[in-house]
Amino acid sequence: MEALTNRVKEVNRKPMTFIERLYIPSILKGMAITFSHMFKKQPTIRYPEKKREFSPVFRGLHVLNRDEEGRERCTACGLCAVACPAEAITMEGAERLPGEESLYREEKYAVKYEINMLRCIFCGLCEEACPKEAIFMSETFAPANYTRKGFIYGKEDLIIPNPITDPEGFAKAKGPSRSN
Amino acid sequence: MTLLSLDMLLLIEKLVLIVIIVFASLGIALYTTFAERKVAAILQDRPGPERAGPFGLFQPLADGLKLIMKEEIIPNSSNKALFILGPGLAMTAALMTCAVIPWGSTVHLFGREIDLQIADINIGILYVFGVVSLGVYGIMIGGWASNNKFSLMAALRGASQAISYELAMGIALIALLMTTNTLSLKEIVDQQMKPGHLWNIAYQPLGFLLFFICAMAECNRTPFDLPEAENELNFGYHQEYSSMKLGFYLFSEYINMIMSSAVMASLYFGGYDIPFFDEKVLPQNIAALVGVGALLIKIVIFIFIFMWIRWTIPRFRYDQLMNLGWKSLIPLALANMVATGAWILYFG
Repeated sequence: MEALTNRVKEVNRKPMTFIERLYIPSILKGMAITFSHMFKKQPTIRYPEKKREFSPVFRGLHVLNRDEEGRERCTACGLCAVACPAEAITMEGAERLPGEESLYREEKYAVKYEINMLRCIFCGLCEEACPKEAIFMSETFAPANYTRKGFIYGKEDLIIPNPITDPEGFAKAKGPSRSN
Repeated sequence: MTLLSLDMLLLIEKLVLIVIIVFASLGIALYTTFAERKVAAILQDRPGPERAGPFGLFQPLADGLKLIMKEEIIPNSSNKALFILGPGLAMTAALMTCAVIPWGSTVHLFGREIDLQIADINIGILYVFGVVSLGVYGIMIGGWASNNKFSLMAALRGASQAISYELAMGIALIALLMTTNTLSLKEIVDQQMKPGHLWNIAYQPLGFLLFFICAMAECNRTPFDLPEAENELNFGYHQEYSSMKLGFYLFSEYINMIMSSAVMASLYFGGYDIPFFDEKVLPQNIAALVGVGALLIKIVIFIFIFMWIRWTIPRFRYDQLMNLGWKSLIPLALANMVATGAWILYFG
């Protein structure tokens, strides 16, 4: 019969020779292999103390960004919610009042912004949809909570720390490989 | 003071020795479980347990505590008396072996000569065999009393395996005993310590290899751990056991391992003898302690080889196990015995 692929391998069905039936040579060979592994470098990263470096495109939990002056960028336009295939995002907009110019970048802002992290599939489409560069995905991952309710992240969980008053928290929330 | 013409001081001395040796065995077994995990990890490029205490050294304590705190379950349909007896028997049989192993030479303390051996009985090695065979009852009773078909099947496997391999082990040993002319472990070790006399491994290399393989089978270690073949038998003969009863079963395996390492070191590797070194140049007590250290090092090396093999080869199929035992090891052991006998007859 003609082979279907060029990767066919002939199976050796010869009966074992006496040496092979003794098992000992092959056992010794195997033991040499395991012994050599004692001196190999361990790929283990001791997790909570050390973290693996992510690639720049890693998609972790979302954060709501602020601009250089610490103003919220989100205008509650709803494009992220529309783009979201898992329908994990809901929001409510409100008009900026006079005197709030240092808080919100534009005339409209999000009073309520919720992402259900259990629904979210971390596809990153919200990040792509956002015209204001307000939502993006950080390097924070593996959220833990006691209840399902706890996984609905409100605005206070999502909003990034102010880069002026808390530059360290800001950098941490952004993630080390996202320096811009 | 004498009691039934028995020296009371001898009794106290032996009691102290028993307590020390039993607790030392338990302690070493505790850390053997840790060593097993660590060796497995290192052979597989992993770090292994390292969170509990420095380098994970408290891990066995945590494991033990966990086992003790677990709920004790005795199945309703089990035979309760036998169910409780099983692990105890396995543990007792494992620990009883240490009585005849010469852990060191003689120590001079409080004006007395103290042998570092609980009992130098003249049929020492036969005693070891007898006690080791009793260990099978621990497995058998445990598997039977659980009233679980998988446990029973595993227990049957364990028993048949132990009996098959004990034969080859015994025959391999006879060849050694023909050269030593004694059954006492102490005398066997003393013979090997004599200048000009090599370790018995030099005279019985094939015998040692057979003995080693059989010892591995007797301890139910991989590749012979068929009583614990999870893929076929769920968990093995201790499936219905929980809490410290399970712990006893797991633990007795490690004690068995230590004891068989000690027996092998004594029979074939000179026991507490230090190679290329004359112990007589040292003061008596120090020589004895160094000897104990030498024996412990040999035991550790054997245990490491046991583990190394475990984490290298997969377990045998049941028919392969029986084939190897009955069709390869027993004929080889017989040939070894006959060859040794012929050698003694014509050259001895």
